Amino acid sequence: MNVIRSFIATTAVAALVAGAGLAQTGETLDVAAQYEIQGPEPSTSGYIFTRMGISETLVNADADGQLTRGLAIEWSVSDDGLTWDFTLREGVTFHDGTAMDAATVVNALEIARGKPGPLADLPITGITAGDGSVEIALSEPLAALPAFLAEFRAQILAPASYGADGSGTDIIGTGPYRITAMEPPLSLDATAYEGYWGDMPQIAEVTYSGVSRVETRALMAESGEAEFVFGLDPASVTRLGGLDTVDVLSVAIPRTLLMKVNAGHPFLAKPEARRALSLAIDRAGIAAAVLRYPEGADQLFPPSVAGWHSDEIAPLGYDVAQAQQILADLGWEAGSDGILARDGERFALTLTTYPDRPELPLVAAVLEQQFRTIGVELTINTTNSSEIPSGHQDGSLELALIARNFSLVPDPIGTVMSDYVGNGDWGAMNWQNEQFATLVRGIARGEGDDGDRAQAAAILQDELPIIPIAWYQQTLAVLDRVEGAEIDPFERSFGLQDMRWAE
Amino acid sequence: MNVLVSRLVQAVMVAVLIGTATFVMMRSLPGDAAWRIAAGRYGYDRVDAASADAVRAELGLDGPTLPALVQWLGDLARFDFGTSLVTGQPVIKEIVHQLGATVSLALAALLLSLLIGPPLGILAGLRPGGALDRALLVASTGLKAAPQFLIALVLIVLVAVQLRWLPAAGHGEPRHFILPALTLALGLSAVNARIARDAMARIADMPYWRFAQWKGLSERQTLLRHGLRGVSVPLVTYLGLQFVTLVEGVIIVESIFGWPGIGHALVHAIFSRDVPMVQGTALMLGLGFVLINAAIDLAVNRLDPRTAS
Repeated sequence: MNVIRSFIATTAVAALVAGAGLAQTGETLDVAAQYEIQGPEPSTSGYIFTRMGISETLVNADADGQLTRGLAIEWSVSDDGLTWDFTLREGVTFHDGTAMDAATVVNALEIARGKPGPLADLPITGITAGDGSVEIALSEPLAALPAFLAEFRAQILAPASYGADGSGTDIIGTGPYRITAMEPPLSLDATAYEGYWGDMPQIAEVTYSGVSRVETRALMAESGEAEFVFGLDPASVTRLGGLDTVDVLSVAIPRTLLMKVNAGHPFLAKPEARRALSLAIDRAGIAAAVLRYPEGADQLFPPSVAGWHSDEIAPLGYDVAQAQQILADLGWEAGSDGILARDGERFALTLTTYPDRPELPLVAAVLEQQFRTIGVELTINTTNSSEIPSGHQDGSLELALIARNFSLVPDPIGTVMSDYVGNGDWGAMNWQNEQFATLVRGIARGEGDDGDRAQAAAILQDELPIIPIAWYQQTLAVLDRVEGAEIDPFERSFGLQDMRWAE
Repeated sequence: MNVLVSRLVQAVMVAVLIGTATFVMMRSLPGDAAWRIAAGRYGYDRVDAASADAVRAELGLDGPTLPALVQWLGDLARFDFGTSLVTGQPVIKEIVHQLGATVSLALAALLLSLLIGPPLGILAGLRPGGALDRALLVASTGLKAAPQFLIALVLIVLVAVQLRWLPAAGHGEPRHFILPALTLALGLSAVNARIARDAMARIADMPYWRFAQWKGLSERQTLLRHGLRGVSVPLVTYLGLQFVTLVEGVIIVESIFGWPGIGHALVHAIFSRDVPMVQGTALMLGLGFVLINAAIDLAVNRLDPRTAS
């Protein structure tokens, strides 16, 4: 049977070709995360460049959220709180060899300020270059300004990084790594920058891969294909945790899973009604069964948000009987199908959520069950994330299940101001509280203390313009051939420059 | 020559129809495009009214439909595909990059499927009802029925995680090709093995086959001189249809294996309402169909001269 023999030969050749690719890659640290690179544009994909150690900001934040020196070594504010002065680090060069000076920093900040983002909303009247320093003038005091400059969109790139209209054309940063190749949307290669102002990284070659499916990322860690895998789901954490070759790191981050409530909706306008919904949520059950976290959230701010988290305020509880009693007191009566009704209207609401974070639709399904036990009918609408801010704008939103990050700017005051004082698209809807607004504005000017923060948090707990459900944990997997990996609760850096190969 | 002219006319019609259809479909989707594009650009943490307004102002999305469509068709006639609404890069640049990745993956898969399927099919067809024939029937039915994401995950778990022979995902080195190409190839060869088997069984039953053996040719010589060409005609014809399976599979396989191809790009472009990207990718896929069918027509004409007349 010659035919069979030639077939076997062909198969053998194919297997050999396959086997030729088996050799291990050289000493390159491969990072895999869910984020795709849109292009060399700091306002959209800038967080990938800062996390990879390619570009840097004037101000940094440590694991406790305390601001630390970055490209600026010190900063001070005038007595009236209207003029900030940032002294720049000396001897810093961009990856193209040009020096970072005050003029280049002003250029980068002015371009960032012209694009949508937190800088655009600040009361900045002018940014001017001094002698080795940058001066920022404000129209009203803003104590948190340095924290805003730690946000990724305020990253400092060389003038050659921008096109004539300010759009990003190239990422020429100051960080410990410089880009050698970038192929949007999925990959980026970088190498240690020999002219870096700080300590040279110990691992010289790094790559970044955008892998959107969490199952694939987990398998890349399990198979040893990527040394550093960011963003794992609960099921993968359990499985990877049982392996000898992989360390799973986990840290509480300032991000809360919460239900956004339209406080202008006739069913939800009274704080008691919102409290009844909150009492119907079994947070411990959701945390244990869906998220595999040790505990649920008993207030909006997680313990890592210093000052705003308060041990004094009464924790949110789970009490179905009390929830039913409150709703009965509000005039709701159970109909024949078990759903509450009042004046001929059924207590039926739509909960909008988005699939970008895979746990959200799961938690929504659990909430549907838990609300049914108190006679509230939920319809789940899993859709594009933008439906939530747009529904907020046109008033059509009823309930939304979201994951809100309080550390987009390392100081949560930025998010608190926009979400609960202003008409923030991701925050309170049709809810205003004068006392809360006064407290928060004072804190923003730099006049408030931790007592004021706790008091503001207590008002949110009392009024429940949003209903907190769980505090997030960020998880990542690191292969044991890498040492020195740490997980940044503020999600600013992968910390590649501090890692080294195990002996 | 006639074949080429009719295919060229077909290509132009396909371009106009696909462009118009995708344009109308994208316009009639529910939801505000500016919000969707802003969500695509800035992500769920940062999409808000300010970013949606900035997108709306920048792109002039509120204009009437018909002039926008006419302009797109006009640009297309000059081979100008426009720029992506999300990344701001020229669509043609992104498509060329992604199409290259997809075409190389598809070709590798096709080649691999031709190495696996037809040889097995021919062997089975030579002994219809034999052990190999029956085993092949079970295997190809099973593979055809299994969804591709399942095959992909089984392969990753087996080859990448358990045996550690190959990377689970990635792109850039030859070894990254093997698992995604094999996933696609298994589905394809399930079908082309059956086609080769049926064609072979039919040919082996023909008088000319028996005559060739009677005149003293060995089985190998009979197959090479009188069998292969006959088997190849239905196989090649069927390649055109397999292209559909391939495109379908590429979208799933690319997202599982993190492959930066056109299927992956199309899915993302639809989510974030990137109309020029959707039009560009759909057009490329449509023209791909026409091109492949034209090539198959020509190939079949050569293989089987009876069809040319």
